[in-house]
Amino acid sequence: MTRIIVIGNGMVGYKFCEKLLAASSHGDFQITVFGEEPWPAYDRVHLSTYFSGSKVDDLSMAPRTWYQEKGIELRTNELIVAIDREQKKVISHSGTARHYDKLVLATGSAAFVPPIRGVEKKGVFVYRTIEDLDAIMAFGKTARSAAVIGGGLLGLEAAKAVMDMGLDTHVIEFTPKLMPRQLDEAGSAILKSKLEDLGISIHLSKNTTTIHGNGKLTGLEFADGSDLSVDMLVISAGIKPRDELAKTCGLSTAPRGGIIVNESLQTEDDPDIFAIGEAASCQNMIYGLVAPGYEMASQVVNQLCGKASKPFLGFDMSTKLKLLGVDVASFGDPFGETESTKAIVYENKNSGIYKRINVSKDGKRLLGGLLVGDATAYGMLLQMTQNQLPLPPKPEDLILGNRDGQATEGAGFKSLPAEVQICSCENVTKGDICQLIENEGLGSLDEIKSCCKAGTGCGGCVPMVNDLLKHQLKALGKQVKNNLCEHFDYSRQELMDLVKIKDIRSYDELIDQFGKGDGCEICKPAVASILASTWNELITRQDTIQDTNDRYLANIQKGGTYSVVPRIPGGEITPEKLIVIGQVAKKYGLYTKVTGGQRIDMFGARVDQLPDIWEELIDAGFESGHAYGKSLRTVKSCVGSTWCRYGVQDAVSFAIQVEERYRGLRSPHKLKGAVSGCIRECAEAQSKDFGLIATEKGWNLYVCGNGGSKPQHAQLLVNDVDRETVLKYIDRFLMFYIRTAEPLNRTATWLNKLEGGVDYLRDVVVNDTLGIGETLEKEMEFMIQTYACEWKEVVNNPQLRAKFKHFVNDDGGDPSVAFQEMRGQKIPASW
Amino acid sequence: MSANLEKYQTAATSRITTWFKAAPVSALPENGGACIKYKDLQIAIYKFSRRNEWYACQNLCPHKMQMALSRGMIGSQGDEPKVACPFHKKTFSLKSGKNLNGDTCSIDTYPVKVEDGFVYVGFED
Ligand code: SRM
Ligand SMILES: Cc1cc2nc3c(=O)[nH]c(=O)nc-3n(C[C@H](O)[C@H](O)[C@H](O)COP(=O)(O)OP(=O)(O)OC[C@H]3O[C@@H](n4cnc5c(N)ncnc54)[C@H](O)[C@@H]3O)c2cc1C
Ligand code: SF4
Ligand code: FES
Repeated sequence: MTRIIVIGNGMVGYKFCEKLLAASSHGDFQITVFGEEPWPAYDRVHLSTYFSGSKVDDLSMAPRTWYQEKGIELRTNELIVAIDREQKKVISHSGTARHYDKLVLATGSAAFVPPIRGVEKKGVFVYRTIEDLDAIMAFGKTARSAAVIGGGLLGLEAAKAVMDMGLDTHVIEFTPKLMPRQLDEAGSAILKSKLEDLGISIHLSKNTTTIHGNGKLTGLEFADGSDLSVDMLVISAGIKPRDELAKTCGLSTAPRGGIIVNESLQTEDDPDIFAIGEAASCQNMIYGLVAPGYEMASQVVNQLCGKASKPFLGFDMSTKLKLLGVDVASFGDPFGETESTKAIVYENKNSGIYKRINVSKDGKRLLGGLLVGDATAYGMLLQMTQNQLPLPPKPEDLILGNRDGQATEGAGFKSLPAEVQICSCENVTKGDICQLIENEGLGSLDEIKSCCKAGTGCGGCVPMVNDLLKHQLKALGKQVKNNLCEHFDYSRQELMDLVKIKDIRSYDELIDQFGKGDGCEICKPAVASILASTWNELITRQDTIQDTNDRYLANIQKGGTYSVVPRIPGGEITPEKLIVIGQVAKKYGLYTKVTGGQRIDMFGARVDQLPDIWEELIDAGFESGHAYGKSLRTVKSCVGSTWCRYGVQDAVSFAIQVEERYRGLRSPHKLKGAVSGCIRECAEAQSKDFGLIATEKGWNLYVCGNGGSKPQHAQLLVNDVDRETVLKYIDRFLMFYIRTAEPLNRTATWLNKLEGGVDYLRDVVVNDTLGIGETLEKEMEFMIQTYACEWKEVVNNPQLRAKFKHFVNDDGGDPSVAFQEMRGQKIPASW
Repeated sequence: MSANLEKYQTAATSRITTWFKAAPVSALPENGGACIKYKDLQIAIYKFSRRNEWYACQNLCPHKMQMALSRGMIGSQGDEPKVACPFHKKTFSLKSGKNLNGDTCSIDTYPVKVEDGFVYVGFED
């Protein structure tokens, strides 16, 4: 058994373990891994998602239990301080010693901090680890403005993060260009103006000399004498390989940093010691990306397992900027410096797009290029560059698109040879993926991801894999359909038609007649929604095909308790009813909060308490608010003309009427509406699935707005119509959406996919060009007539009520539920 | 009761020492699950009517340590019967306990038998 020690449990160190286990048989190797950080290796590439709520666990490459199951000794929180090459052992700061036969240094790098006077001051940070981000988030709460030193890939990522924290954001770059390694002047200029539009201030050609402040920074001073006052600074000016340990044990390091290795990734001085990842310097190059690190890990694994391995001779450094909301990519030789080239450039300052490709002198090969503002062609162009594919007769088509009206999409894939690498992180080729689609019958991105890991690293190739999948399926004569899942070869719309035509009332009937297998968590709730939108029978009849929220008619929360949201139409509520909510919440010890939907949420109810709570609410005249359903949630309202001095129509009355009309209506995703009493729009109707704004003459109807993660403004469908007409159009609009949308598509997403867009929608809904207006209205009328409150049904039906128990063999509640206290109310114990 | 992973251990039918009489068959929903209490353990039992099969596993989802698997939807992936945790839809094989859509660690499964209208779960204690 060979004893392997890996120093550094970062992305590359982890990947090395994964690959070594995959390539060897059990018992060949005994692996010990030392990591200085407190947690197992995590995905540093997606570190910034930590700001938007990812947890350490979500970022984790593999949980601690993975190492246990695989027999790897993982020692986190331990810094190796010495390597005894004579005795072949390593020693950690806490005194742990381990012997090795082969040693792998995967110590990565640290942020490079330029020697600026005052960097030790409070409020100065680097951007590399989870702990850095914790510190930035904590400090950011008290800051108002922040500067980022470094206008490269990482610096811009950091700038986006501080901007999202709500800080006034500045980027300071030493050179005259943003992303100097990737962009030329014109590309940088376009990117600069795009970032300025986002509200980020860009300062180029600025050499920071001093950080001012008494203990805590207050501002920066530059070599040209100018200054900038900020409360926080993030330094993201490059990386410095962590070669200090190698140095102390006498291994050679490169003048610019990095442990010197040969083409086999062995250190120059000791063939039993390898260095991989960002810590390694190979042919005087260090690689600050994951893909080359993974490639190095493969090489060493192959050598250790006695497999053929090709020498490591450099790696493509093409990159794409993620996250910022501005597409930027550069590939191959972006500046046309390696050989003499002809550049083809497209620039549109108006829409902020700049594209440049460098073509060889003979016009036959693509050597590289860069894209700003629109990087959809990146995958294809990168492949053409790397594989020296023949160029089309008019190479400008590559960035301008084919302007003769003929489609070029897909044509490119055909010309790609099978050996072309699609996913560089996991080294998956086009041939590998095609093989899986053709021979293994894979038909979805998820299947491909789990079979060969393509797309699971930096994620940059996912659009390419998706396109390839679609193209291959088409080539195989398989219809590329929006099949629901492996159990139904039908789209949602087709299933809905089948349900209607064949009069199908249950999930079992549908899967027996039109599906296969035993269903899953994708098709069950989708079919439940279809059945509900067609027959409007109480969903409690088929409770086990519902998502847990619909099964228990409440939203499941952290810790396994549920929340209770009674309907408060239009946000209007009497003092008596308010008192009842207060009393119920008090009696059952529930946390209460006013929601963003103008009603009141009571959190922390155990499943067995739900029927009792609802019984009391229903007695007081409340009904279900459907906060748990893919159904109508709320119709928000402003106070309108009854009280407001500007109001031109009675918004509250109309909102209540609309909310009661559509309450309980099941749909592909949730639905929200709003009614504002005048143009000032206090009810935010233009961010709702349907919104009404009062005018002097009637109402303007807006549709397909969305808040949420990808906000979209609603679009005007008709203006100045009366109440009755508005309701007719909303009936038609909602029913048309329910009939034709894919599962879990909000109206905004649905409209974006609808050919013809809002004009087509207006044709269908207002002009009735399809002649289905009346049918849609009838269908809606049926829904309205058959509405019943689900909670009322449960409360009054002992059999249904009995389903709300935690244990079937014990009357107690879940004993593992635990709470802590905050501001005088309870909250769930954190997970 | 603490939400403690180590307490759950896959039981092999051959080594069962206790067949615990958990509940009448009628207490379980068709094609769905419910939770039972055995000593300080919470066990999810599923009546997979479509396949005419029964399964049992720990109620604790190892992803975020939530007592929730009995409330999950069941179904199949290929031939493998599975359950999806209601919290983040991690799916686990009801046969092997393996996580089918990620690297979350496995769950423990228990044998089930039905006699005289009652469901029994087997433990090796
Ligand atoms: C309670 C509430 C937050 C609050 O305390 O104010 C809330 C809580 C949740 N929201 Fe929300 N949203 C709440 C108002 C909103 C609003 C504001 C609004 O409605 O005006 C929005 C933006 C408007 C919109 O939907 O376009 C909103 C956009 C979302 C989204 C993003 C939807 C999207 O299309 O991108 C989700 C995720 C989803 O549905 O997939 C979400 C999902 C959720 C879930 C269901 C997440 C979950 O699965 O656990 C939360 C459930 C908590 C619970 O159990 O009650 N919530 N959520 C609000 C309940 C309103 C109500 O009375 O029913
Ligand atoms: C914010 C951010 C965004 C990025 N985005 C991208 C991207 O989009 N695409 C891309 O390709 N790359 C990106 N990268 C770079 C990528 O994360 C790195 O290339 C990759 O993490 C390198 O892996 P590694 O294992 O070599 O080093 P690391 O991930 O740094 O791991 C080294 C580990 O070794 C530990 N260590 C060091 N010395 C010792 C010691 N003596 N004893 C014990 N442990 C030790 C360190 O604490 C560290 O945990 C990004 C990096 C950051 C910070
Ligand atoms: S929209 Fe604003 S201004 Fe207009 S009626 Fe409502 S509250 Fe008044
Ligand atoms: S807690 Fe079960 S999937 Fe997250």
